[in-house]
Amino acid sequence: MVEAVVNAKDVLVSVKDLSFSRGSKMIFDGISMEIERGKVTAIMGPSGTGKTTLLKLIGGQLHPQKGAITIDGQTVHELSHRNLYRLRKQLGLLFQSGALLTDMTVFENVAFPIREHTKLPESMIRSLVLMKLQAVGLRGARDLMPNELSGGMARRVALARAIALDPMMIMYDEPFTGQDPISMGVLVQLIRLLNDALGLTSIIVSHDVQEACAIADYIYLVSGGKVVGHGTPDELRHSDSEWIQQFMNGFADGPVPFHYAARDYAEDLVAVD
Amino acid sequence: MVEKLQQLGQRTLELFEKLGRSSLFLLQTLMGTLEMLLRPRLVIAQLHSVGVRTFLIIIVSGLFIGMVLGLQGFTTLSDFGAEESLGVMVAASLVRELGPVVTALLFAGRAGSALTAEIGLMKTTEQLSGMEMMAVDPIRRIIAPRFLAGFISMPLLAAIFSVVGVIGGHMVGVGLLGVDDGAYWSQMQAKIDFNEDILNGIIKSVVFGFIVMWVALFEGYDAIPTSEGVSRATTNTVVISSLAILSMDFILTALMFGDI
Ligand SMILES: Nc1ncnc2c1ncn2[C@@H]1O[C@H](COP(=O)(O)OP(=O)(O)OP(=O)(O)O)[C@@H](O)[C@H]1O
Ligand SMILES: [Mg+2]
Repeated sequence: MVEAVVNAKDVLVSVKDLSFSRGSKMIFDGISMEIERGKVTAIMGPSGTGKTTLLKLIGGQLHPQKGAITIDGQTVHELSHRNLYRLRKQLGLLFQSGALLTDMTVFENVAFPIREHTKLPESMIRSLVLMKLQAVGLRGARDLMPNELSGGMARRVALARAIALDPMMIMYDEPFTGQDPISMGVLVQLIRLLNDALGLTSIIVSHDVQEACAIADYIYLVSGGKVVGHGTPDELRHSDSEWIQQFMNGFADGPVPFHYAARDYAEDLVAVD
Repeated sequence: MVEKLQQLGQRTLELFEKLGRSSLFLLQTLMGTLEMLLRPRLVIAQLHSVGVRTFLIIIVSGLFIGMVLGLQGFTTLSDFGAEESLGVMVAASLVRELGPVVTALLFAGRAGSALTAEIGLMKTTEQLSGMEMMAVDPIRRIIAPRFLAGFISMPLLAAIFSVVGVIGGHMVGVGLLGVDDGAYWSQMQAKIDFNEDILNGIIKSVVFGFIVMWVALFEGYDAIPTSEGVSRATTNTVVISSLAILSMDFILTALMFGDI
């Protein structure tokens, strides 16, 4: 029954039965997801479950061992170099680390994708860049170098850069980390605004239950290589799954492991390696 | 014993894998280089950081090596009463051997290691992968202009090295030791052959430039993205390119000047 409902949606990104492992460590074990066009979808899960890895798989930087990801009908890992790059022009990815080019000013960083992909005149580039910087509140920081920015500022610059070319889909990796309450609020509004005004599709990876619930239309909870729950924020809040309740409310005890897989603690302390 | 053999096998496999990766890398870089002809500004910026910054060390080293050649050459030649040939000796040593080889070694130490560290750090801080996600191919945008700039700078630097060296030899030989000024230049002019000496020297420096750039850029691009990985890659660049330069020099010399 769920299948039928899902098929009726306008799906932009579909992850089908995807498996991925690094060495012997299984990161995804047959997960499936569907990201709807025009919606804000949040992917949440404990640290180290592979959320960043999933974004890299969607962007075609990593290849799945099994299953496939399709974006707009194109299977990402089967695309030729040229077609993959064509597809990426329409995607924006906000890296967890920002990934700004350290030898360029803030202005040049935001201008970088515009200069690389268009032949716009300098005056137009200037207006575009200033508009994007204004949106993230950093127009005044345009002449700073990335090493002169704070972590939160760098991430906002990276956001301005990710939206520089008006992509059809933006993936945000932890956009809220390191933001003070004010810029957090502005960012939440900005992400929503971008999504609705420009008709984008947004994927947000976050730990932040409050913010993610406030902004997302649909949420996927990922853990242990599987999707453990999905639904609208309301559905999840009222879910009777113990796992979902623990994660959404941040209880310390429950089925969600806080610790990276390890042998018994007491045993480990007395053991000799 | 079996374990040792296994390790050896593993190492060999890794070596061949790396060779494969580096060949593919070179191919992509060369393709990117063609595109750079349309974007000369990127290359010019790199010419500055790769070439111009190596300039000073090349001039100083060239001067000292030329002076030493003048001193050593004079002592040897004067035993045979052939001090007049000092100019030929200095110039031939520089143009054929020391110019290309010493320049390449300095180039690997100065520009090569800096490039490896730069690219390796860009990889570590996810700048390269950020670029990929912006649909900008880092091999074309970052690697290719550096490769071309290094490839162009190397022969020019080697030529400058030789010229400065000849002047250094003159300073010591003519200025200090009293070799006849006219003989220094005229013998040099008469005996140094364009094809035999100068052209071969240029070919050497072009080959060495190619090697240094390939090694340096690949090591950076292939570095393990940690601080230790980058530091190891930088060391690798200096060691591998120096060994490659010296062994390649022997092969080229044998082909050019030997009767093998
Ligand atoms: N380059 C790598 N090599 C080997 N293992 C890796 C590598 N990168 C990540 N991993 C492993 O993959 C798993 C998933 O990492 P990932 O960065 O995707 O987690 P995440 O869900 O984004 O975590 P966080 O919320 O803390 O950012 C981790 O367990 C990590 O140990
Ligand atoms: Mg992450």
